[in-house]
Amino acid sequence: MTTSSTPSNEEEAAQPRDEAFWAKQASTFRVTRVPTGALNLNVEGRQALSPLQGFGQMWQKTYRVQLKGVTVQPAEVIKVWKENFPKFWPKGNRFYGPLTGIAPGEVALLNLTMAGGMTLSTGVLVLYADDESFTLMTPQGHMFAGWITFSAYEGDGCTVAQSQVLIRANDPMYEIGFRLGGYKKEDKFWEQTLTSLAAYFGVEAEVQIQRILVDPKLQWSQAKNIWHNSAIRTTFYKMTIPVRWVGRLFRATPETKH
Amino acid sequence: MPQANVVMTVRKISATTSIIDIEGEVSAFAEDVLMEAYTEASTPTTRNIILNFSRLEYMNSSGIGLLVTLLIRVNRQKQRLLAYGLSDHYRRIFELTRLNEAIGIYDTEADVLTVA
Repeated sequence: MTTSSTPSNEEEAAQPRDEAFWAKQASTFRVTRVPTGALNLNVEGRQALSPLQGFGQMWQKTYRVQLKGVTVQPAEVIKVWKENFPKFWPKGNRFYGPLTGIAPGEVALLNLTMAGGMTLSTGVLVLYADDESFTLMTPQGHMFAGWITFSAYEGDGCTVAQSQVLIRANDPMYEIGFRLGGYKKEDKFWEQTLTSLAAYFGVEAEVQIQRILVDPKLQWSQAKNIWHNSAIRTTFYKMTIPVRWVGRLFRATPETKH
Repeated sequence: MPQANVVMTVRKISATTSIIDIEGEVSAFAEDVLMEAYTEASTPTTRNIILNFSRLEYMNSSGIGLLVTLLIRVNRQKQRLLAYGLSDHYRRIFELTRLNEAIGIYDTEADVLTVA
């Protein structure tokens, strides 16, 4: 009697269609590889956050660009977006993606430029990825608690590319920063990204923005998130570089004398 | 934009509890259907909104986002959002996205009605 190792038709039918598109790992970040030049801080061991675990007001913001005048399918837009994701980002911000590309469960490192030239080291988890969309989820310490979904669809007689965030500021410091201009900066970031994506396809188009305040309430129980604030931790790390350098000198093994 | 491939029907179990039976796909295109179902399910005396996922066929990350915005609406009305009928796969998705920390999850309708 032979035993088949391939799933039966019944087993295949029982598997949900979306199973392969979701990350499989638990909601803790694991960095398997640090690309050259990336600062790996504030990611390993951090918990992934939904908007429910953030502090600030919950916003849903949708950034859309219509790819008029070109014939390109939504799946092609997403394929290009995944393959060139860092290239479409504004200068000064680095996305160090995994070698395997944007795939469910992968963790990418981010080195971002903040106001005043401050840098922030954090990361994102690829929560979901299929042919027409992919979603990144943030860790503890990131400016946001929540998700950002990149998608493309047929609408208005052309293909539309879209970024949609569903987020809260992670802690009180970030919430203050966003209200003092950070949100405008974030709008500009995604406007520039979508403009670059459209330019790749030879389209010059205006980015439309829709902002919805989903929940105006602050979640004071999550104010403690400031403990993991990646901006503070990155700044502290950089300020203590000289101290660590001196420490390494003292720990260096002396040469053996013959 | 593609049509929603989902049907949601509302059962009012009592003055305080309504069930929304979900059949099909929960994605961004299901937003209007879900919010209409919630509007129908929610009365001035409703305290529990229960989502029945036993006939859920597909859910993507935009669908999970819809559940978050529904949760906010429910909480704003001082109601509870509960769920049952999730397969192992979708239970894992709820854990991965940490929705399980805000939405009570039960195995069967009978189980969830004991707490509703």
